Amino acid sequence: MMNNMLVLPMVIPLLTGIFLIFIRRYIKLQKWISLSAMIVNAGISFYILNRIQSEGILRLDFGGWTPPFGILFVADSFSVLLVLTSSIVTILCLLFAFSSIGKAKENMFFYSFVNFLVAGVNGSFLTGDLFNLYVFFEVMLLASYVLVALGGEKRQLRESIKYVAINILSSWIFLVGIAYLYGTVGTLNMAHLSERIAEVGQTPLLTVISVLFMIVFSLKAGLFLYYWLPGSYGAPPPAVAALFGALLTKVGIYAMFRFFTLIFYHEPSITHTIIGILAGLTMIGGSIGAVAYKDIRQVVTYNVVIAVGFIFVGLAVATPAAIEGSIYYLIHDMIVKALLFLLAGTVILLTGTGRMDKMSGLIRNYPSLGWMFFIVMLSLAGVPPLSGFIGKVLVGQGAIESGHYVLLTLAFLSSIFVLYSLLRVFLNCFWGETIISEEDERPLKKGWVIPCVLLVLATIGLGLGAESIAVYVSDAANTLLNPEIYIDAVLND
Amino acid sequence: MKSNDVILQAVTKIVVFIILTLAVYLFFSGHNNPGGGFIGGLVLAAAVVLLILAFDVNTMQRALPFDFKVVGALGGFIVIATGFGSLLFDVPFLTQTMGEFDVPFFGEMEFSTVTIFEVGVALAVVGVVVTIILSISKDV
Repeated sequence: MMNNMLVLPMVIPLLTGIFLIFIRRYIKLQKWISLSAMIVNAGISFYILNRIQSEGILRLDFGGWTPPFGILFVADSFSVLLVLTSSIVTILCLLFAFSSIGKAKENMFFYSFVNFLVAGVNGSFLTGDLFNLYVFFEVMLLASYVLVALGGEKRQLRESIKYVAINILSSWIFLVGIAYLYGTVGTLNMAHLSERIAEVGQTPLLTVISVLFMIVFSLKAGLFLYYWLPGSYGAPPPAVAALFGALLTKVGIYAMFRFFTLIFYHEPSITHTIIGILAGLTMIGGSIGAVAYKDIRQVVTYNVVIAVGFIFVGLAVATPAAIEGSIYYLIHDMIVKALLFLLAGTVILLTGTGRMDKMSGLIRNYPSLGWMFFIVMLSLAGVPPLSGFIGKVLVGQGAIESGHYVLLTLAFLSSIFVLYSLLRVFLNCFWGETIISEEDERPLKKGWVIPCVLLVLATIGLGLGAESIAVYVSDAANTLLNPEIYIDAVLND
Repeated sequence: MKSNDVILQAVTKIVVFIILTLAVYLFFSGHNNPGGGFIGGLVLAAAVVLLILAFDVNTMQRALPFDFKVVGALGGFIVIATGFGSLLFDVPFLTQTMGEFDVPFFGEMEFSTVTIFEVGVALAVVGVVVTIILSISKDV
């Protein structure tokens, strides 16, 4: 069985990124090549997703080394859904970057690094080997270090130092955790790990190791350990911030889901309880942050934090409905957070400031922008025809079924805080007397509006057409809840 | 103050060749023994760095007129391209193969595709290390 196709979502961006270095002077060509690479990527992941539905989980053993000896890529519905969404989001962020990023950054290999970032993200989603996961985390992080600092503004350099420091620390803990796990169980293949841990039982020692991994992924995902996040996501230019907000924390979330459903699922009373507490605290902290600041960059980044908490409620509850809800919400959040960051970035590009008290009445100057912001606000709050609704309902349903009432309350209170924080932005920035006269009005570029419109269509489409992806999502949730499906596909095939 | 580095320059002219030979030796021994593209590439880069130390950046750039960023990229490209080679033969990604060939004069020799992969690794290492050293030296 030949599945070389599985490696393409990781290798195409990598190869594109390298190729772009050769054609450094031809910016226009670089744009078209990276855009078409992402479109091809999206097409391939859609094809893989459909193949999984008919053939079950696919795997590719690199160099023909069979598991558990070699490194392999495993594609199940959960990972490929995320690969597909991240490809689509990247296409739109690239479109936005074309007209906003500027010559200076484009000359310094901007598009190469975006491609490397996507390669790292997609590789993390697809790999079936723990050490390989670490490697792809590093690929992704190295690219993101460059993208945070690229441009060299004072604020960017300040935030990138914090960002690099915190990530090096967490990578080190990750490595130590891998060493502990290998020393205890003697394998790094995820399916094999799961099988062996099921055999020996999840001893207290293994639970401690699992908490170590929880710290690592919490740092990456922004689950409770999110203090570095608002600064470093607010510093880079809007297109990059949108990519970060949409993709980077999601990789941490993915790893956490994979770990605590596939490998360490035997002691939910300890691990899943901790996740639940952290998720609750994250939502509280994120909500306070989201209403506390006057800078829209801060408001928007704290909204990322709230969403992370919300998604982890599903993992803490871990009923089929809740996991499905989390997956829906994860996909929704990738799209909507990209949109939110792009809209906030557009506002900042237009007014030249991020402070809401310094702007007002933008809807008179830029009506389309105002209405799109209104829609994204409703979508994030979970108003029915939009994509946030189904995820919230399912997570809520799961929480009620299993009696997690505190988490349920926090989750829905946090939705109100999301609504309030964005409504504040809407009232301050878009309503009221306009302060920009028609002569001073900066034109709204087409290149800024089109990606936003497409993302708005995506959130509406995902909300109305939730039925059409229901097959994939329920298959993904089914695989997450029944680890033996994954193990069988990897080891006993 | 103009420093006198006649001795360093004289020694470097000889030592560079020893280092380069060692790099090539390490590169090929890596097939079955300790060594390989990464180590070979590092030692190669060490030779370039020694040249920069003994002479200066401009002299080195005149002697080796490459853009080392592109050298690194070329290395990465070769590495991934060998992976793609396996797609043509319908075997799993990154599969390597080898064979024994009868070469005139040298006799029986062993060739393997992993060597191409290692060339890519070596070039990537040289490119990256020299780029780092050059950018640091420009900063000061």
